[in-house]
Amino acid sequence: MNTFPIIRVITKILIPYILLFGLYVQFHGDFGPGGGFQAGVIFASALILYGLVFGLAELHKVAPPKVIEKMIALGLVIYAGTGLACVLLGGNFLDYNMLEHDFLIDLPSAIDFLPGDKPHHFLPHGQHLGIFLVEFGVGITVTAVMTMIFYAFAGREQVA
Amino acid sequence: MIEQLPILIIVIPLLSAPLFVLIGNRKIVQLLALAVSWVVFGIAIALLSRVLERGPISYELGNWPSPYGIVYVVDYLSSFVILFVSALGAIVLTYAPPSIKQEIPLSKHYLFYAMYLLCLTGLLGMCITGDLFNVFVFLEISSLSSYALISLGKTRRAPVAALHYLIIGTVGATFFLIGIGLLYQMTGTLNMADIASRVNPDSGSRTILVAFAFMTVGLSVKMAVFPLHTWLPNAYTQAPSVVTSFIAATATKVSVYAFIRLVFGIFTPQFAFEKLPLDQALMVFSLIGIFVASTAAIYQTDVKRMLAYSSVAQIGYMLLGVSMANVSGLTAGITHLFNHALIKGGLFMVVGCFALRIGSVKLDDLRGAGKTMPLTSFAWVIGGLGLIGVPMTAGFISKWLLLTAALELNWWPVAVLMLFSSLLALIYIWRVVEVLYLAEPSARAKSAREAPLMMLVPTYVVIGATIVFGCWTVYSAGLAHNAAMALTGLVESGGMP
Repeated sequence: MNTFPIIRVITKILIPYILLFGLYVQFHGDFGPGGGFQAGVIFASALILYGLVFGLAELHKVAPPKVIEKMIALGLVIYAGTGLACVLLGGNFLDYNMLEHDFLIDLPSAIDFLPGDKPHHFLPHGQHLGIFLVEFGVGITVTAVMTMIFYAFAGREQVA
Repeated sequence: MIEQLPILIIVIPLLSAPLFVLIGNRKIVQLLALAVSWVVFGIAIALLSRVLERGPISYELGNWPSPYGIVYVVDYLSSFVILFVSALGAIVLTYAPPSIKQEIPLSKHYLFYAMYLLCLTGLLGMCITGDLFNVFVFLEISSLSSYALISLGKTRRAPVAALHYLIIGTVGATFFLIGIGLLYQMTGTLNMADIASRVNPDSGSRTILVAFAFMTVGLSVKMAVFPLHTWLPNAYTQAPSVVTSFIAATATKVSVYAFIRLVFGIFTPQFAFEKLPLDQALMVFSLIGIFVASTAAIYQTDVKRMLAYSSVAQIGYMLLGVSMANVSGLTAGITHLFNHALIKGGLFMVVGCFALRIGSVKLDDLRGAGKTMPLTSFAWVIGGLGLIGVPMTAGFISKWLLLTAALELNWWPVAVLMLFSSLLALIYIWRVVEVLYLAEPSARAKSAREAPLMMLVPTYVVIGATIVFGCWTVYSAGLAHNAAMALTGLVESGGMP
């Protein structure tokens, strides 16, 4: 594919948008459709496209197999670590309410003493942060696993 | 922190697996893995003693109330299975380093430890969870990691055996998932206790019947019940010795546990055994399995493969107990889960010692090893006696319980066949003993040394346990009896056995 200028140029134009869309699906996943798995696949598809067009050696420079292997584990550590953090904060495993950092919710009476406009609604920030971290872990692992599968099929050498 | 124990026993090994990959240093990972496996065993003891003191524990993940969220339940049966699975997990891992140094490339050791702990996580999770879909997830965690572990074997046949197991195992797991889907369709819930209260097996619903059939066949693949056992001999033979010891001692047992839960906890024994002829079917397949697999074991020249066929036969004894559907039969089945885990785990550990020093486990190469490796060979003799079911060994206890249960039901032919099948075990164990002690030494056996203490001590701990639990049954048959009583609904709470 290296010799087709149109493909090379179009790929270079497309990749940033694919990555951006992946990030959008990842971080907007708790308000709209999406989430870690989908985002991970989209993000990895950008890497795979780059590998298909510019060759495996180029992709290895961007995403070294060693790093990808560690990322697989890192995502799971983030997920389980979030759960464990909830335990350390005194709740059950994955009890995101423990991650609450907006103390106004715990002290409803404090709202009355706030100056200015009273807030009309509260987001459950603990739940939000918890699901955000967990999905982030999923996203990292899925990106890495997808890339690793591509390496396993595309390369002849052992990947891990 | 004490009420967090049910989740910690799962999360600690689950979290350490990816940490090992991140660390990547062989020495550090080895020490950490050892520490983690013994911590898990410690938690298992704490859980068991708490259950014996205060009755079943339940733990709600994420603090979501029970039928909506996932709940972990530790009761008599699950705490007992968790205890021996984690015990063997820890002991086999203590035994592992010299063996895997020889059998697995050094660069893959950290991955081995990560996979091993993931497999342990999956097996413990299947025992502890009270959510049916979660059982499937943990079943897949343990299966996928065991495929990877098996493929680490030294020869090129190992990946083929792993692939064979992967294909058949995936079919089994998918059947189980289809069954869960159908049950979910009928009840709208995945919580096991909730399903049990909503499902009406007597309604004659086809969907429930099909769900039960799918789940039974799916688990039968994982249990390696006779006609569905074909993946097992190859997988056990080709896997590294340590992996075989661990998987043979635990994996099929946990599937039997899941099956017992399915029949007694979700569907009722009345549905499975009276409305459907599952008891006759299980009895027939178990007996055929015992005889065919034991006979096949006699003709093997590879000791690992011989023990693998013997495992298929021993699953038959466990299911024979379950198929009796009364307290004494169930007690016998559950006791044999434990006793066989010790015996077969121990014997495979002995085989691992031979593999380390002799480099092969073919009968021809083992000739005369009794002279150069006396301690290892003696461990084989004790473990073998346990497998046959000689009095004062753990194997005797389970066979005795099974026999009395069969006689209680007036199943005379079954009792006679069982006794006869023990003779087959005697033959294949004796073949190895004869080769070890009475044959002229082979060239390889002559130059062999005794196995290192690091492997001998754990081996003797397990083999010694088969003697201990052959004489003192409070914590084997006693706990199994408690569990059987609770399963059949005869007792809600029990104290110390």
